[in-house]
Amino acid sequence: MASIAPDDIPPLLESLFRSDSRRILASLIRLLGDFDLAEDGMHDAFTAALESWPRDGVPDHPRAWLVSTGRFKAIDRLRRSARFNTSIDGLAELPDEGTPGPVEEDRVEDDRLRLVFICCHPALSPEASIALTLREVCGLTTEAIARAFLIPPPTLAQRIVRAKAKIREAGIPYELPGQVELPDRLGLVLKVVYLVFNEGYSASSGEAVTRPDLSGEAIRLGRQLLELLPDPEVMGLLALMLLQESRRATRASASGDLVLLEDQDRSRWDRGLITEGKALVKQALASRRVGPYALQAAIAAVHAEAVEPSATDWSLIIGLYTLLARIAPSPVVDLNRAVAVAMRDGPEAGLDLTDTLLSGRKMEEYHLVHSVRADLCRRLGRTEEALASYRQALRLVQQEPERRFLERRVAELQKTIPDPVELAPLRTTRG
Amino acid sequence: MKYICFGYLDVHQWSKLTQDEQNAMIDACIAYDEGLKRDGHWGGGEGLQGPETATMVRFQHDKVSVTDGPYAETKELLGGLLILEARDLNHAIHLISNHPGVKMGPWEVRPAADMTQMIRESEQRRSASK
Repeated sequence: MASIAPDDIPPLLESLFRSDSRRILASLIRLLGDFDLAEDGMHDAFTAALESWPRDGVPDHPRAWLVSTGRFKAIDRLRRSARFNTSIDGLAELPDEGTPGPVEEDRVEDDRLRLVFICCHPALSPEASIALTLREVCGLTTEAIARAFLIPPPTLAQRIVRAKAKIREAGIPYELPGQVELPDRLGLVLKVVYLVFNEGYSASSGEAVTRPDLSGEAIRLGRQLLELLPDPEVMGLLALMLLQESRRATRASASGDLVLLEDQDRSRWDRGLITEGKALVKQALASRRVGPYALQAAIAAVHAEAVEPSATDWSLIIGLYTLLARIAPSPVVDLNRAVAVAMRDGPEAGLDLTDTLLSGRKMEEYHLVHSVRADLCRRLGRTEEALASYRQALRLVQQEPERRFLERRVAELQKTIPDPVELAPLRTTRG
Repeated sequence: MKYICFGYLDVHQWSKLTQDEQNAMIDACIAYDEGLKRDGHWGGGEGLQGPETATMVRFQHDKVSVTDGPYAETKELLGGLLILEARDLNHAIHLISNHPGVKMGPWEVRPAADMTQMIRESEQRRSASK
C-alpha cells in the first residue's frame, strides 16, 4: 500500500476514472458478461475506493483493485436481486483473479479491443454501433451523443438499450475475431470510427460550439485502436483523419461558408497534424498491404505537401485514385479521379470523364457529379451548360453550406449573362 | 445456445441453374448438414414444400377460418428451417456462412427463446388454481 494523504485520494480517483474507467469497464464486462451490471459494479468500486483508500491506503495495483472490487460489488447486486437467481451460480464460481499485477496488461488491452469489436458487431445496425461505441468505448454521456447527432436523448437511450439487449439475447460473444474474420470485422470498426469523424467534420454550422468534438473523439479512438492493433488500415484511417483535421480551420469561412481546397489558406493548416499523418501514411504504405484508407490518406498527404494549389503533384494523385478505384471501386472515387485529371490535363479532359460517368446513370442522383460538371463547364466558358448543371446539383444537395456555395456560384455566373430574363426561376429550397 | 435458421431460396437464381448444377448444390447442402449432425451442431431441420401448398388457419369472428395461401413469398421463398446448436452468435454465423445454401438465398439466424422461466411460472399458476 502506498501512503498518500487522504485529501489527495478524491483527485487521484478522479484522474483514475478519466484515464482508466474504460479499461476497467471492458474487463468487468468480460468477467460479468453484462454491460449494465459491469457499469454499476464499476461505479460501486469507485465509491468503495473513496471510502476505503483514505483509511487503508492506496493499493499497489489500483486498477486491478477496482476491477476485482467491481466484480464483487456486482455479484453482491445480483445476490440482492432475486430475479437473477438462475444466473448467479455460474458467476459466483468464477475463479478469483487474485491481485493481478502488471503481467495482466495484455489481458486488459485485449478487453479494450473486445469492447470495440462487440460494439461494432455486424449484427448491430451502424447507428446502434456508433451510439454504443461512443457510450461504452469513449465514455460519452447519452445526452452528449444525442446532442451531437441532433436526436432526442430518449431515442438515443433506447437505441443503446436495444443494442445491449440484442448483445445479451442473441448471444453476441465478448471475444476477439479469429484471423479469418479479422479483416472484415476490423473494416466494420474502422467504418464506425470514420462515420463518427465525418459527423463531426461535416457539421460545420454555427451550432457546432455546443456539440462535443466528434472528430476529436474519432481521432482519439483511432489512436487507441492503433495502440491495440497496429494494422496498416488502422494507420491509414488515423492518418486520413489527422490530415483532414489539419485543414479544419480553413474549411469554412467566418460566416460558415464552404471554402474549397484550392482556396484555403494553407499557412493555417496544422503542421503538427500533417507531420504525424504523413509519418503514418509512410508506415502504412511500407507494409505492402495497402488498403483503401491508406490510399485516401496518401492522397490527402500529397495535397498537404503542396505549399500552393499549383504545386500539387496531380500525376501522383491520379495514380493513387487509379489504384483506389481498383481495390475499392466507387463512383465517388471515379469522380475524384476525373477532377484530378482536369487539374493536370485541363477541364476538357475532366469533362469527358465526367460525362462518361453521368452516362452510367447510377450517378445521376449524386449532386457532386453535377457540381463538378458545372465547374468544368464554367472554366471552359460554357456558361449556360454550367448553370444547368449547378441547378441540377442544387436540386440534389442536402447540406446547407454546400447549398449556399452552389447558390453563390450561380449568382456569380448569372451576372456574366447579359439577359437574365431568359433564365428559368432558380429553386432555392432544398431538393 | 439454440439458433433457429430460416433458409430462403432465391427462385430466380435457382431456376437459372442447370439440372446438374442444382443436383450439385443439393448434394453439397445435404453433405454439410450431415457434417453438422456428426459434429453435434444439428438440432433438427426440415425442408419446406412450396408456398402454394400452404394453408392459413386463423381465429376470426369467434371462429376458426381456413384459407388458401398466403402466397406472399415470390422472389425469395422460405425453403427450410434448421436448428443449430452453437456456442454463441459468432459460432452460429460461422456455421451458417459455410452452409452451401447461403449461395442460393439468405439465412435469417434467430436465437431460440429460453422458455424455462415462463413454463415454470405457468406451472405455478396452473397448480395454484386447482
